[in-house]
Amino acid sequence: MSVLTLYNSLNTFLILGALLFGMGVYGIVTRKTFIGMLIAAELLLAGASVNFMAFNRFTAPDPVVGQIFTLFIMAIAAAEAAIGLSIVIAVYYHYKSINAEDIVQLKG
Amino acid sequence: MISSTPIAAPPALLSADGLVGVIFLVMIGVTIIGGLIACNSERLVRAVAGLIVCFVGVAGLYYFLNSPFVAMMQVLIYVGAVAVTISFAIMLAAPEEQKKIGVSGPLIGPFGFGTAALIAGGFSVLAVRTEWPVIAKINDGSIKKIGIQLLTNYSMVFELISIVLLIAIIGALVIARVERKN
Repeated sequence: MSVLTLYNSLNTFLILGALLFGMGVYGIVTRKTFIGMLIAAELLLAGASVNFMAFNRFTAPDPVVGQIFTLFIMAIAAAEAAIGLSIVIAVYYHYKSINAEDIVQLKG
Repeated sequence: MISSTPIAAPPALLSADGLVGVIFLVMIGVTIIGGLIACNSERLVRAVAGLIVCFVGVAGLYYFLNSPFVAMMQVLIYVGAVAVTISFAIMLAAPEEQKKIGVSGPLIGPFGFGTAALIAGGFSVLAVRTEWPVIAKINDGSIKKIGIQLLTNYSMVFELISIVLLIAIIGALVIARVERKN
């Protein structure tokens, strides 16, 4: 197994997907603003998509299914980004802040 | 297109197969560096730029996974649409002093890194240790096959995507609308 034939192995892509997922988790946990969290959520979805596409290429009998599912994930991610960002803008008009620690009206 | 048969001997660096491997390594590097910028940079605009770099790398990975169609969609949807939407939100919603973002507490950095490392490491170990069964392909997954399947077997998916996007657009407009006072 040479470094130059890494693209022919399933493990490469699974580890890359896990790395992207880990970066997304790190971003969601540590970011202070809502937009930063949304960016990290996009990383999470990218990691999941890479996993789907890897299994689709290497193990699935019908390589069309994984591609269609990845397209579905992309559409959901686009919808999530649009709704999430419009909520961020509405919150900013209301509180003049996008910091997650400032929006504490419902805190008991 | 990349052949699906595994290569027996390691290729020379400057042969065609070797250059394909080098390009793949570059794509891995672009993806990881972009992801690190996206989740670590101090300014939101730089995080979005890192996200774009990361998505270009992921599109390259999709190309190596035998699906140029999904790679093109990745560039169109993520690099083209989602990144622009996030940039607009940063310009509209982030005041100057909040465009810099730090971590929310002194302990959250190490704990967040620990959690992320645990999850990524756990998934990697799980992926490497498992024997994945390989089943013979029943078609080649080309763009033509995707088109046929999308309009016959998976037409429900096609319609659902349209409805979800329509509702998302209307919902985003309703939520972000500023109420006029008159």
